[in-house]
Amino acid sequence: MTIDARKTLVNGATAVQATDIQHALANAAAWVSLRQVTKKYGPVTAVENVTLDIPAGSYCCLLGPSGCGKTTVLRMIAGHEEITSGDVLIGDRRVNNIPAAKRNTSMMFQSYALFPHMTVWQNIEFGLEMQNISAQERKARVGEMLELVGLSHLGDRKSSQLSGGQQQRIALARSLVTRPQVLMLDEPLSALDENLRVQMRTELRRIQKQFGMTFVQVTHHTEEAFSLSDRVVVMSQGRLDQVATPAEMFRLPASQFVAKFMGDNNIFQGKVLHCAPDPGTGMDVIELGVEGIGSLYSRGYAVPVGSMAACSIRPDLMQIEPYPNAASEKPTPRANHITARIVSIEMTGYVTRVVLMEEKTGKELLYKSPTTAWETGSYAEGQLVTLRWSEGNCVFLPH
Amino acid sequence: MAQATQSLSSSSEKKKRSLSDYLLPGFFGLFVLFLYGPMFAVFLLSFQGPEGQLFFPMRGFSFHWIMAVFGPQRVGDFVTAFQRSLLLGLSIMVITVVLSVMAGLAFRYRFRGSNLIFYLTISSLIVPSILVSLGLGIVFNLLNLPIQWYSSALVGHLTWTLPFAFLIMLGIFGRFNPAYEEAARDLGASDRTTFWRVVFPLIASSVIGVGLLGFTLSYDEFTRTSLISGETNTLPLEIFGMTTNVTSPALYALGTLTTIFSFVLIGVALFAMQKLEQKQKQAK
Repeated sequence: MTIDARKTLVNGATAVQATDIQHALANAAAWVSLRQVTKKYGPVTAVENVTLDIPAGSYCCLLGPSGCGKTTVLRMIAGHEEITSGDVLIGDRRVNNIPAAKRNTSMMFQSYALFPHMTVWQNIEFGLEMQNISAQERKARVGEMLELVGLSHLGDRKSSQLSGGQQQRIALARSLVTRPQVLMLDEPLSALDENLRVQMRTELRRIQKQFGMTFVQVTHHTEEAFSLSDRVVVMSQGRLDQVATPAEMFRLPASQFVAKFMGDNNIFQGKVLHCAPDPGTGMDVIELGVEGIGSLYSRGYAVPVGSMAACSIRPDLMQIEPYPNAASEKPTPRANHITARIVSIEMTGYVTRVVLMEEKTGKELLYKSPTTAWETGSYAEGQLVTLRWSEGNCVFLPH
Repeated sequence: MAQATQSLSSSSEKKKRSLSDYLLPGFFGLFVLFLYGPMFAVFLLSFQGPEGQLFFPMRGFSFHWIMAVFGPQRVGDFVTAFQRSLLLGLSIMVITVVLSVMAGLAFRYRFRGSNLIFYLTISSLIVPSILVSLGLGIVFNLLNLPIQWYSSALVGHLTWTLPFAFLIMLGIFGRFNPAYEEAARDLGASDRTTFWRVVFPLIASSVIGVGLLGFTLSYDEFTRTSLISGETNTLPLEIFGMTTNVTSPALYALGTLTTIFSFVLIGVALFAMQKLEQKQKQAK
């Protein structure tokens, strides 16, 4: 990809030419609905009883570790995988038994799957040929698409002569040219290097917004899912763990799995000792007895006393101070504090990561601070510190 | 990188050469000698002078015996035997390619009995050829079918070429990325269009290879054909028959000609494969 092409794209200079396609695509956007969908491979259940609504024109990311069933869900929507039980609806149409070719969806494959024996132009034109569109219109539409992705000059190339980023754009163009109702993206950015990935992320989101199309994307990259989606769906072991907006999920992970998968969260497991309504918030304050550490307070919804649960605190919502610190010795009720020793300090750029070890249990903890703020303190590796956080910032995780 | 490794290893060689550095090239030389030596001897002897014998020394140099192949023979008939073998080989090639591609497509998915079919197909390779020939003869007799090069021998050759072609196609489709087909279907292509526009062009060069293999396996197949070619001979059977009767270097000349024919065929196929691959410029 040339820098010029990139600039054109980013500046939106092509937006004018793109309006026609834009209208056509926006009209086509459809909602996707899964109703109690299950997929079994012999005795193995890959996807279990998944019910999910994806609004028309939204960007939805299926997030989870490999083997969690997210790709299977995507492939079932696209029609590349049969559904064992349940229903898949696209628009108002039940598509369970409709072959992929007739679903009016399009998929961008992880490997891009550009046909190596065809030129870039032929690749994009293929879908239009299948729809028996006249040669004249095909020419116009392929041209438009190439312009949209800023690669008009590469129409005659073979796909093997393209860079990873260019292949990615052509695959996108090929998927969009048929004006599908839903675009499915299977790990579209995983093959790109870090810088290009961030760039393409922005571009994917821009194209999705511009066309108002329904995008469903599979990724195992939390940051990618958060930055792209209107709605993130976290999956584990074939089930949905949480469906929420990125902001909601970041603030209030629904389960230990989600909290762990988002990375960096400090999670404490223990037994529910006490549970009382928290006036004003509509939630409960839950006291969790953590072995070796003592009571930790968090906010959540009522659970039976005595059950095993966990709470999670984000590494950026803790306060760090030298130990002992006479000024804040006075324990406030329901405030959490533990003593820990600094193991290592990693300056990663904007953020400084501090790895600590809890004094009594040896549990590893993470604290994050903006680098500018961290530099005002004077902490050293091996130093004993106190970490504090309020119960309001601490999320109770029932399972 | 490769250069660096090379210079590294050559500099260490200078310091100390191990015994295997001498033994391995020597062994390889012997291997090549045994592989091509006999062929070369036959090749030379087919250019014997008109007075020449079936053995060295050469008595002059001539194309006498080469021409003799095309002339009328005292015993045997090279030309029609060659035509038969050529036709049989080409038929086998086409049938083998069609069936093995279809089998390859089918075996990408597990189906009921797929394992059984797989092992049955493969095990036919380890059944002694002569038994296959014998058995086929008996079956054709039993069913009152004609025993001819174009009937029983054709089936006999297929028992030889199909398992090989099948194994190769399994390998080819094992490496074939199903995403290509899914992408085609996704874009609205029917199964037929998907096959002819996407799958076939991508496996075309391998298909040529399989076809070539089928042809050559059939072209010089002897044992399986020996009992079931009926009253007429295929070329290998004809040549074998002549070894007992023909005492002139014409036999060698025939060997040389058929070998050249095989090499030309391989050359053409390789050229076609290369052209195809160039055209495709396959990614990775």
